[in-house]
Amino acid sequence: MTQTQTPLVDIRDLSISFGGIKAVDGVSLDLYPGEVVGLLGHNGAGKSTLIKMLSGAYQKDSGEIWIEGKKADIRSPRDSRDHNIETIYQTLALADNLDAASNLFLGRELTTKLGFVDDGAMEAETRKIMARLNPNFKKLKEPVSALSGGQRQSVAIARAVYFKAKILIMDEPTAALGVHETQMVADLIKELKNQGLGIFLISHDTREMMELCDRVAVMKNGQLIGAERVEDVTEDDILSMIIMGKNPKKAA
Amino acid sequence: MTDTPNTDAGPVKRFLRATEIDTRLLGMVGALLLIWIGFHLTGHFKNGFAAFLTPRNLWNLSVQTSSIGIMATGMVLVIVTRHIDLSVGSILGFCAIVMGVIQVNILPQYLGLGHPLIWIIAVLCGLALGALVGAFQGWMIAYLTIPAFIVTLGGLLVWRGVAFLVARGETISPVDETFSLLGGGPYGAVGGTGSWIVGLIACAAILWVLVSSRKRRAEHGFAQRPVWAEGFLAALGCGTVIGAVLLVNAYTWPKGIVKQYAEANNIVVPAEGLAISYGFAIPVLIMIGVGIAMTILMTRTRFGRYVFAIGGNPEAAALAGINTRWMTVKIFALMGMLAGLSAVVASARLGSATNALGTLDELYVIAAAVIGGTSLAGGVGTIYGAILGALVMQSLQTGMVLIGFDSAMQQIVVGSVLVLAVFIDNRYRSKTK
Repeated sequence: MTQTQTPLVDIRDLSISFGGIKAVDGVSLDLYPGEVVGLLGHNGAGKSTLIKMLSGAYQKDSGEIWIEGKKADIRSPRDSRDHNIETIYQTLALADNLDAASNLFLGRELTTKLGFVDDGAMEAETRKIMARLNPNFKKLKEPVSALSGGQRQSVAIARAVYFKAKILIMDEPTAALGVHETQMVADLIKELKNQGLGIFLISHDTREMMELCDRVAVMKNGQLIGAERVEDVTEDDILSMIIMGKNPKKAA
Repeated sequence: MTDTPNTDAGPVKRFLRATEIDTRLLGMVGALLLIWIGFHLTGHFKNGFAAFLTPRNLWNLSVQTSSIGIMATGMVLVIVTRHIDLSVGSILGFCAIVMGVIQVNILPQYLGLGHPLIWIIAVLCGLALGALVGAFQGWMIAYLTIPAFIVTLGGLLVWRGVAFLVARGETISPVDETFSLLGGGPYGAVGGTGSWIVGLIACAAILWVLVSSRKRRAEHGFAQRPVWAEGFLAALGCGTVIGAVLLVNAYTWPKGIVKQYAEANNIVVPAEGLAISYGFAIPVLIMIGVGIAMTILMTRTRFGRYVFAIGGNPEAAALAGINTRWMTVKIFALMGMLAGLSAVVASARLGSATNALGTLDELYVIAAAVIGGTSLAGGVGTIYGAILGALVMQSLQTGMVLIGFDSAMQQIVVGSVLVLAVFIDNRYRSKTK
């Protein structure tokens, strides 16, 4: 991959504090089309906080976010979506009492000419996308609370795929899944990557990250320890970055 | 895609699946009929006088239900989004007294007594005031993050106090003549012919809904209800409407009113008397209109979808780009406006405005919504359920009055029924999950 093109996302010196504690401290990171960048680190290292600034859930204190070469002002989840950023949260962020179609289109409902929500059209679209992502998915009419972890995950992923995200953020997408479903998510990540999407992936599973990612970025105490190409580092290198907070490549 | 009926299922189950009738709705209607028949028979055996299932009682019941029923539809939204509104009774009192002052003390000075604009201006002021008070409370809940329970508990006291100060505790009467029609009574009903017109429009609407829903399903290739089930639903819907029309038309004006009316209109009353039907009372039509509008709002608009989403998972709703705070303000404003509308109905029915109007209504409204299946945990509730809940509450009260229970006993029964209803509903939900 040539890195001369414009990055999809260019995070520059981003910081945010909560009650005097710097949750994210001067982090700079970029993401190119067709690239998967893994974010690693302990709980509380600032990974989720970093991506939440990108997805509009938090507002940055300082720093800049550039999307496709343009400075972006992301103040809300809606702004983030307007920049074609889709986020799949660890908690999946589904309204349990609504059905799959309502969740998929939440905040972006299809409407009829009169401005009423068009449940029929949304259900039909949901059938189509689900047939592609998860052919076993049949419970379209039931509240998503009645679905299994993998099915719920499909709904969350369908949301990102349906709205043609260019930038996808996945916060521990496989944490609650079985072996088969984890493989399904992995296949999907590869497929989306081939379509030219840029993906930020958060996970605790170092091996999985080595397999799926092009680069891994390690965070500790709100700071970025390093972002390295996976072929340049070993699993041990990554672990020492996570635990010690030292980049063996820089030290060498 | 066709629905293949499971041959193992019993006929009742198959029937319910084909017609897609909500079993909770069925349960509530069943409970309501049980209450009605129970009171009727109790009256018959205990007092030798069965008064419940008479056109007169049922007509009065419908009028008495409307004020609580109107507010209960708004309370559904509030409770679905995991809030509560304890101030609706006081907002009702406040709006009523302000409307009273406007139409009795202020407007006649400028427009002259009985001017046709008076009632319109008064009603608009009442609705606007209610919405404003509600929006203010909603703003405190959403933007100052004070719990709704506290804000509206404060409101319960504040608005009742303000209502007293507006007219220094005086009762304001009589209200404008046209205004008083909104509360029901012999003149405040649409009459026999009017009721038939309303009934026919309702039947046409039911058929239209069924046909257009069938068309929509066909467009997307979804499973259809069997034709016999559609026919059954059409017959049931239209049958209920026509039954209601026959009922309200069977209740005729008392002799005194007929005489008064005949004299005013130079009609000679024949010896056997003149049967003039009440027909649907205006407040009941208002309640039904509100119920339909609110049902459309909740099921067919983005606003309604967001209300349910916030109730199901406020965080997910916010992450989906929904402005949950602004939604809260709007929901409480709507609740306040409906309290204003109930104030119109309640003060028009009374023919006067007092600062005590609507006292304890908040409890009946919340109870109606909850009996109607609105979950206090949020995310679940229906408008028709709330209206049926209001009808259940009012039926209990009316029934106990008719068979001569004293008010202490009434309180005990109503309170117990509330708890029992929620218990049964919980059991039902955990079974159907």
